[in-house]
Amino acid sequence: MSRIDIDGIAKSFGRRPVLKGIELAIAPGEFMALVGPSGCGKSTLLRIIAGLEREDEGSIRLAGKPVDHLPARDRDLAMVFQSYALYPHLTVAENVAVPLTMRRLTTAERLPVFGRLSSRSRAIRREIDAEVAQACAMLGIGDLADRKPGQLSGGQRQRVALGRAMVRAPKAFLMDEPLSNLDAKLRVEMRSEIARLHRRLETTFVYVTHDQAEAMTMADRIAVMMDGQLIQVGSPEEIYADPSDLRVAEFIGSPKINVAGADAARALAARLDDPARAQVPGLRLAFRAEAATLVDPAEGGLVGQVVHLENLGADLHVHLAIEGQAEPIIVRRDPHAPRLRLEERCGIVVPPERLLAFDTSGLRLRAPQMRIAA
Amino acid sequence: MTNAVLTSGTSTLPSTSKRRRPHEEVASWFLVAPAASLILLLLIMPLAAVLGLSFTDYQLGARAWSYVGAANYAALANDPVFWRSVGNTATYAAIVVLGSTGLGLGVALMLGRSSLLTQVWRTVFFLPVMGSLIAMAIVWEFMLHPTFGLINAALGLVGFAPVNWLQNGDTALGVLAVIGIWQQFGFNMVLFLAGLSGIPQSLHDAAEMDGAALAWDRFQLVTWPLLAPVTLFVVVISTIRSFQVFDTVHALTKGGPNKATEVLLYTMYAEGFEFFRTGYAAAIAVVFVTAMLLLTLAKVFIAEKRIHS
Repeated sequence: MSRIDIDGIAKSFGRRPVLKGIELAIAPGEFMALVGPSGCGKSTLLRIIAGLEREDEGSIRLAGKPVDHLPARDRDLAMVFQSYALYPHLTVAENVAVPLTMRRLTTAERLPVFGRLSSRSRAIRREIDAEVAQACAMLGIGDLADRKPGQLSGGQRQRVALGRAMVRAPKAFLMDEPLSNLDAKLRVEMRSEIARLHRRLETTFVYVTHDQAEAMTMADRIAVMMDGQLIQVGSPEEIYADPSDLRVAEFIGSPKINVAGADAARALAARLDDPARAQVPGLRLAFRAEAATLVDPAEGGLVGQVVHLENLGADLHVHLAIEGQAEPIIVRRDPHAPRLRLEERCGIVVPPERLLAFDTSGLRLRAPQMRIAA
Repeated sequence: MTNAVLTSGTSTLPSTSKRRRPHEEVASWFLVAPAASLILLLLIMPLAAVLGLSFTDYQLGARAWSYVGAANYAALANDPVFWRSVGNTATYAAIVVLGSTGLGLGVALMLGRSSLLTQVWRTVFFLPVMGSLIAMAIVWEFMLHPTFGLINAALGLVGFAPVNWLQNGDTALGVLAVIGIWQQFGFNMVLFLAGLSGIPQSLHDAAEMDGAALAWDRFQLVTWPLLAPVTLFVVVISTIRSFQVFDTVHALTKGGPNKATEVLLYTMYAEGFEFFRTGYAAAIAVVFVTAMLLLTLAKVFIAEKRIHS
């Protein structure tokens, strides 16, 4: 369990900058999710931490010590890959054992038959077997020990990859989209399993994903990356409720946050105590699906027409078309509330404190500028 | 009437799903006919003719022949030249397979990291594969010439006595094998390069993270096991190609000196087209084809087993 300090990391591939000065401090034992759309540089950052890629500028410190000069194998980190990267010719137990055999046995002792001659190597091998069995048992793959990766399902392979990472008790775990090759149901299961593993191992996790749901459900803190920059770092609650950038607000949360254009924003602001507050030019107002309530159109607010009803069982998402706006507004509603009909007109009301304001460049306008909460 | 149509319709349905309709059957024969007739004409019939000839005493150009049963095979079993030829071919194949596979893999590993220079080297190493072996053999003959050859001249510079490479029974087969390696390893290199590019980068990364410190460790952990199918293919192809050695023998040594470079195909050629003992040559051909067939079957069997394990 170690802290990881990322200090001014910059990286370009050819002329294309991929990372533009990343600063991030990851606390010991923290579960940090690096999240962003594909191509934002999050995987490159992870590979730089791992030592598989070299940074152009900046420095990585592990437990306070710079490791920039160290190759990946000497950084004492473990990595789980999206493709699992299991050795196809080795059994499950052998795969999990690789990090231990590579580090504890000499090249001669690793030879197929010769290597087992010395009593020292036999003793070490017994030790390794015990640790491998323990790791496999912890992940529930003990009975698969003699199978080859090709005979396993995606979820089982992922467990083997996790076992190979944790058998060595490394300083930190680096995970590069480990769940994206699994089907939706298994992904949800593995989500809680990895979170449980983190609590149990109490090791630092750095978890790269493009799936905001994974980041929200597992991480202690989320670092949102866009175009090679970190735009916000915070707890899932902060990132969700208090985004500092419209891109963060739009990326995090499902359904996607509603963004009201100029006309709609005026309509929303009309219900505020002081309509002049919404007079910042180019202002965009955003609100979450659960922040809005539907009222009779006569009561005012923003008026929209129901175009689609999405019943998820626990929630009902009402899609409303707004005049002059391409994207519909989505409002969450209790499925047991009186039924709505398609094409019915509704008023949309959002309490002022749940409205998030952004300027033309997408930067968040906080309360003093907006005077909304004044 | 509608009833009749319905019943006949239902009764024919299951049978059509199992068996093809007559016109489909005709069409399928029609479609395989070109390929099937070519295979029959160019492969099966000549093979059958050779097999038939091997049971006769036919001599090239003779008017008559008679059936002699397995006499040709019996003679083969007692022919020291034939056994010498089998031994030489096996020795040649062993050296060439080991040499061209090892060299092909080594060069492919060194060229692995792609750069502009890699492309140049790849072309250079592949040139002998594309060249005509007879022409190349003549160039080798000049280089190996005992008095004015380049190789003896170079060896002379470092103080070695000249060697009559191709006329010396101890060196002739080895020299032919070296030429065989030189000719074949470029092909194997290309196969290995393709195999190397098929190994996912994430496995190399995983090996790096898992602490594989030496290049040897990474080779042993990732490269070699993942190249196994390619290696098997390369070994089989190289074996078949080295069993087929003929051009260099014909151009350089004619099986000599004193049968030191007598190989199967050359023996067959000599029996058939120099001594005109066609029946006997056909028997050698049958033995050769059988050996190749067994080798191919072994390859298929091993490859299948690997896939299913």
